[in-house]
Amino acid sequence: MSATTASGRVFKYGRDIDTDVIIPARYLNTAVHAELAEHCMEDLDASFASTVQPGDVIVALENFGCGSSREHAPIAIKASGVSCVIAASFARIFYRNAINIGLPILECPEAALAIESGDKVSVDFSTGIIVNDTKGSSYQAQTFPPFMQRLIDAGGLIEYTKRVLARNNAKDTER
Amino acid sequence: MGMTMTQKILAAHTGMETVAEGQLVEARLDLVLGNDITAPVAIDEFEKIGAAAVFDRSKIALVPDHFAPNKDIKAASQCKRMREFARAMNIEHYFEVGEMGIEHALIPEKGLVLPGDAVIGADSHTCTYGAVGAFSTGVGSTDMAAGMASGTAWFKVPGAIRVTLTGEPRGWVSGKDVVLHLIGAIGVDGALYRSLEFTGAGIASLSMDERFTIANMAIEAGAKNGIFPVDDTTKAWAASVSGRSYTSYQPDDDAIYGSEVVIDMSSLEPTVAAPNLPSNTRAISEATGVRIDQSVIGSCTNGRIEDLRVAASIMRGHKVAKGVRCIVFPATQMIYLQAVREGLVEIFVEAGAAVSTPTCGPCLGGHSGVLAEGEVAVATTNRNFTGRMGHVGSKVYLASPAVAAAAAIAGELVDPSAIAAAPPRERFRQPGTNVQRRTE
Ligand code: SF4
Repeated sequence: MSATTASGRVFKYGRDIDTDVIIPARYLNTAVHAELAEHCMEDLDASFASTVQPGDVIVALENFGCGSSREHAPIAIKASGVSCVIAASFARIFYRNAINIGLPILECPEAALAIESGDKVSVDFSTGIIVNDTKGSSYQAQTFPPFMQRLIDAGGLIEYTKRVLARNNAKDTER
Repeated sequence: MGMTMTQKILAAHTGMETVAEGQLVEARLDLVLGNDITAPVAIDEFEKIGAAAVFDRSKIALVPDHFAPNKDIKAASQCKRMREFARAMNIEHYFEVGEMGIEHALIPEKGLVLPGDAVIGADSHTCTYGAVGAFSTGVGSTDMAAGMASGTAWFKVPGAIRVTLTGEPRGWVSGKDVVLHLIGAIGVDGALYRSLEFTGAGIASLSMDERFTIANMAIEAGAKNGIFPVDDTTKAWAASVSGRSYTSYQPDDDAIYGSEVVIDMSSLEPTVAAPNLPSNTRAISEATGVRIDQSVIGSCTNGRIEDLRVAASIMRGHKVAKGVRCIVFPATQMIYLQAVREGLVEIFVEAGAAVSTPTCGPCLGGHSGVLAEGEVAVATTNRNFTGRMGHVGSKVYLASPAVAAAAAIAGELVDPSAIAAAPPRERFRQPGTNVQRRTE
């Protein structure tokens, strides 16, 4: 999540979008990102994978990403080029997976309700400000708490863990 | 300020006196779990961390259950990747086909989770172990990778909903009906970011198997975890699966609960969740007559020995309706063996059901029972999302083993008491442990 801004065209979905429609289980026999991207949202919106452009934004209502813990879901979204997901709320495992792998997500019920498919939006992650360029309206999303910001700044959980382990090892050698 | 049971376990695993809702903590883990879908992704990530070894080779469990026995070549390579990692890292708890089971039935059966433990698993139904009074929650593969390397995970301390269970289920009503009713009442995001903490006099009437079923579906209400108090039933169970010592935690008297739900279990009817959400529940009397093409009995939700006993007691002496496929999949190898020894498998096969080796197969539309367009299934599993068990144009009704077995016989959803009268609930129980061990 190195870029602090994003902008693109919106794909708008409803509430309770579950991980089975984000990436159907029948495609989970692979972990290849590009293959997952080819089937992203397939059971809900068959044209998504062929029409999505790098930078595009998914906007959805409550409880986005509910269901299984498959990290393949945020991976498929990220690999399909989506720059950010804005939702009224996220299912908790999806939320932590997205942060851990570096898919930007923003919780903002007002924006999620008002923004429509095809709108062009711009997002600034550092301030949490979402601008609907098509409609000329703007919204304030919550920014991340400091601990999560540290994870994100480190480049995700893997980099963060690398640093923690290195620090612990250094301590061990001092002893 | 008082802490909930979940908060107490988290505090104990962070070395802090107290933790409070919303606080971000890093907790020590007692077990890190993965399966053939999530572990390969986690292993890739683990390698990026560059750790030479896992944090503790006795505190990691790897179970090939989703697409195993290998469904196709891709699945075979994923299982192989996990197997080779398990060997290279000398992982103690790797379970091969032939000794494995569906992870959430297998892990407790092997005594790998006990009261007071903190567990993460790269599978959403890791919340199942809340049944034994552990804090356990589903995470993604990256969390699993970091957990395997460091033995820790980050958590946002959850608030809680208190679920008070009173009365005793009657007739064919079981733990499955209780949890379906709960999800129907609070919705699929009713417990988002929170714990479901069960309490109340009614709990004493629930067997361990029923508690596993209820805790298993906590995630279906969006909960981070679901947790039961540790009582005599839990203690007897723990003693039967492990000699390891454990700590039982109790919520403080002044623990804070965001809301409370009270369920009088004696008032419940057999309950089903209609397509396409687990919260779309109704009493069986409002779903009677729905034609089904397939009945699926098993999974990590309801593939335990009591579930099979219930199903067999309804199917005994009956035939699966013409044109209906009934698939029974016991959750673990030990449960399967017990079902063979008790003659349950014979009842299923004579009735015309297909009995499968333990696998997740049909539950996630993976293999061994995938639905075609337009087909309708009743299943004892935990999810009925669009396309969950196959074609996007197929439908799933979630139900108890009693309802699924009755539907297999009738060819449509019916009240199980229309097929057979319910015996006393104790009939299905086995004190102490859910599986009798034979030593020969
Ligand atoms: S049986 Fe179904 S819900 Fe349980 S672990 Fe397997 S796929 Fe998941």
